Amino acid sequence: MGLTAPDRTVSYVPESQEGWVATRLDFLVNWSRANSLWPMPFGTACCAIEFMATAASRFDLARFGMERMSFSPRQADVLICAGRVPFKLAPIIRRIWQQMPQPKWCISMGACASTGGMFDNYAVVQGIDTIIPVDVYVPGCPPRPEGLIHGIRLLQEKVMNERRSDSTIRQEMLPDPNSELYIPASAINELGEPFGNSVHQNRSAP
Amino acid sequence: MAGSAIANAPAPTTPKGVTRDGGEMNPTAKALSEKFPMAVERSLVVWGETTIFVRPSSILEVMQWLHDDPTQQYDYLSDVTAVEYRDLDQPIEVVWHLRSLPYRRFLRVKAQIAKNQPLEVPSVWSIWKGADWLERECYDMFGIKFAGHPDLRRILMWEQYREGFPLRKDFPLRGRFSRAEQLRQALDQNPESRYSMEELTVADAFEDLPEDMRRRLTSGERTGE
Repeated sequence: MGLTAPDRTVSYVPESQEGWVATRLDFLVNWSRANSLWPMPFGTACCAIEFMATAASRFDLARFGMERMSFSPRQADVLICAGRVPFKLAPIIRRIWQQMPQPKWCISMGACASTGGMFDNYAVVQGIDTIIPVDVYVPGCPPRPEGLIHGIRLLQEKVMNERRSDSTIRQEMLPDPNSELYIPASAINELGEPFGNSVHQNRSAP
Repeated sequence: MAGSAIANAPAPTTPKGVTRDGGEMNPTAKALSEKFPMAVERSLVVWGETTIFVRPSSILEVMQWLHDDPTQQYDYLSDVTAVEYRDLDQPIEVVWHLRSLPYRRFLRVKAQIAKNQPLEVPSVWSIWKGADWLERECYDMFGIKFAGHPDLRRILMWEQYREGFPLRKDFPLRGRFSRAEQLRQALDQNPESRYSMEELTVADAFEDLPEDMRRRLTSGERTGE
């Protein structure tokens, strides 16, 4: 498949635009998906507590259709990764993601799930987007329930803007060695200088 | 019952006004240096807690005596850990935290092992079964081998972890490999190498339940929530 961008040019010629039925169908499907996202709470740490607080009565996820937590990935729509993910857990969260059927989305909740947070060390994955594709990042340590709800609203907007004619959304992309954008893993190691002020911290002391 | 070895044991209270030096030494220190004069190197009291330095070669018999002797009865192993000091010339110390529930005592036993030798100490698993995972954690983080341990393998990091021993002083905080390589190796690990999904299904585990549980479950008794 390769990492080619989908063709999203907008045409104003009436014949090539989508018809009324197609747009109404899009709206119906997207609206029902967005307002009944069943979350799979992949809560590992402190953010899981904030997620529970968001689901509780004061902030209430039920008004977004998300009160039915699905702990089986087979029945879930959104994987909400709340908390730090150690390297030991990495293949497991990848397998959970692969077990979720399409359509699926992912919210990375908190600093640790987004970038590794304060745990820039040997044991924590520096952002789950290195393992699974993420749709919405919610920063915070932990994010306030209002912050998480804002992230959920952003996801709902993303879902509402999907179109059936865009066939690339529901495809799971694997890197294609034949594409001209493909970078082999050995070259990525060269490019992968640690981020920010952690340069040269991989060398042994002193 | 805690405190059962003390006659007319009063209710335990939190000690107040504990000073760094000058605390009362645990009577075990004196008894130990009388019983094993060659094994005990020194003992000291810091913040009210007694620490005894023991030669690594005599650890096993010292621990056995501490567990079995009726005047000691250290029946609870709290922790097995290790210390490596920032002064890299100091030896690595392996630390055992022992508690005597009948006597309500706490004891810290340390063994110093030189870094230029292979890091090995005897395992106390035969005495306290709780040492199983405690010693595995110590091995995982420091690389100290426990001779006589039934199943010494990594516990906090995955079993095929190759970067080294994370809590050693020469191990950098972010690990030795690049992030991409760490991720690749982490995704490559096989977390199910020691068990299979089949043996975790309830039907298969039924045979391993104790006999009275099997009887209660087959008779339809609601044993859970």
